[in-house]
Amino acid sequence: MADAERTRASPRARDWTPYLLVLPTFAYLGIFFVYPMAQAVWLSLTDPHGQLTLEHFRRMVGDLYFSQAIRYTLLITAVAVPLQVGLGLVIALLVNTRFRGHSLFLYVCAVPIGISDLAAGLIWLSIFTERGYLNAFLGAAGLLQQPLTFLTYERPEWLLGAIILTEVWRATAIVMVILVAGLQLIPKDYLETAQVFGAGRWQTARHVLLPLLKPSLQTALIIRTILAFQLFATVITLAGRLVPVLAGESYFWYSLYRSPQVASAYAVLILGLSSAITWVYLRLLRQREVEATA
Amino acid sequence: MTLRRLATYSAALVIGAWVAFPLLLITLAAFTPRDVLYRWPRQIWPERFTLDTILFFVRSTGVLPSTWNSVLVAGMTIALAFLLSAPAGYALARYRFRGRDAVQLAILATKMFPATVLSIPLAVAFIRWGLYDTLLGVSIVHTALSIPFVTVIITSVFVGVSYELEEAAMTLGTSRLQAFLRVTLPMALPGLAAAAIFTFVLSWNEVFAATILTLNNRTLPALILNSVVAAGAPLHYRFAGGFFMVVPALIIIFLIRRYLLTLWGVTVR
Repeated sequence: MADAERTRASPRARDWTPYLLVLPTFAYLGIFFVYPMAQAVWLSLTDPHGQLTLEHFRRMVGDLYFSQAIRYTLLITAVAVPLQVGLGLVIALLVNTRFRGHSLFLYVCAVPIGISDLAAGLIWLSIFTERGYLNAFLGAAGLLQQPLTFLTYERPEWLLGAIILTEVWRATAIVMVILVAGLQLIPKDYLETAQVFGAGRWQTARHVLLPLLKPSLQTALIIRTILAFQLFATVITLAGRLVPVLAGESYFWYSLYRSPQVASAYAVLILGLSSAITWVYLRLLRQREVEATA
Repeated sequence: MTLRRLATYSAALVIGAWVAFPLLLITLAAFTPRDVLYRWPRQIWPERFTLDTILFFVRSTGVLPSTWNSVLVAGMTIALAFLLSAPAGYALARYRFRGRDAVQLAILATKMFPATVLSIPLAVAFIRWGLYDTLLGVSIVHTALSIPFVTVIITSVFVGVSYELEEAAMTLGTSRLQAFLRVTLPMALPGLAAAAIFTFVLSWNEVFAATILTLNNRTLPALILNSVVAAGAPLHYRFAGGFFMVVPALIIIFLIRRYLLTLWGVTVR
């Protein structure tokens, strides 16, 4: 109502105001998002003389670390993201029961939002390093005589496990907050209605909450997956280059081998993967919706 | 009923401990004497605590200047991001105009594009533009990364401040700008402050772009990353560094805890 009045009352000259107000943001994003993106594609596809070439992509693919980087990035994403969403959902549903002390619980669980991937990697390094807390606890419990070396190329499963644990520890918070916010949008009457019709807690969660939470779950999935493709500092601090990942390789090609072109090829690959996975998610989730209504 | 409550509390306790415990351990490590950190059997709780580990980190080459750099970059990022997003946020909150949804979608879509993709081509461009290895260059990228968040937060803040009050001020004879400055702005201030603080955290924590875009003028995360990768910094440096980076973030998240849900919840819609 207020909106309608406002548009009616607004004189002609004011019609341009919102566009003017939005313009600076768009100009800025154009320069610092669209331009670099185009530039990344350009760098990765041209030689110094401006001729089109696939040489940089060939160098990227031909590198020893390349196939490992792809495999590890996808593997870590495939394990960590479902864990983050699962745990995030559990926390969100717990918070949603509004037990006494739920706001303190929410705050504690939200704390990792403020912690960078670098700091999180260093925190878990203090646990998994050879003289770290894991060995200290095992030693104190009398289970170990000599400290074990977990973070070594001889134990790739420990390296991966440490990275995945760190990522779950750090990034579940974002999923959780997105889901808690999503749960708050669900009208209370729906739940009451479900209860009136005799649905138990589990049934309510399964048949009422989850379907209504789907947009939030979708957002959380997409955001977390895209961010997982950019996995960088966590891996560097815990595993160095023993576990190569795409963003890490981009960094090494830029700063170690001084090749912005191959680094850009990696960047373009990450961009392609991110777009592809977003498309797949949107597609899959929409299809299921169609099936559900059919 | 009691059984269910017991289950709820124990689940909350386990999950809370899972989040809090590593933070406790890094704090412990940061105040543990250096020799205890390297000794076996490794003591968990040291006999005495010390500031030496932290002081060693703080006095290491480049730490103080790069901390200052981080603060400056975050400050510039906040200023730039607000300068650009505040008008956009206000427009999205107060006007219905053709293409409004498209604008909102475009701003959200930029969140999908990773820092990784932007940093490398921008480094090449920044060398040409004389922005490479400058704090302004880093904050320009951080601004691009935070605009999607800041715009959506500011939009929600202005949506939360009733338009009727602004109108009332205008019927009492103020101009639109005056109404905004005298009525809307003061009411929006707490939310805007929370948004600014959140932007600070985004910038303070950002590693990849800062590492790629600087060489001598490192921000703190870029410095720590570089000393880990290139210089093989000792463990106590890493632990103290981790602790040092976490503390401001913890304080800040505590300060804006009331807005956390708004920040992310609305960001997401």
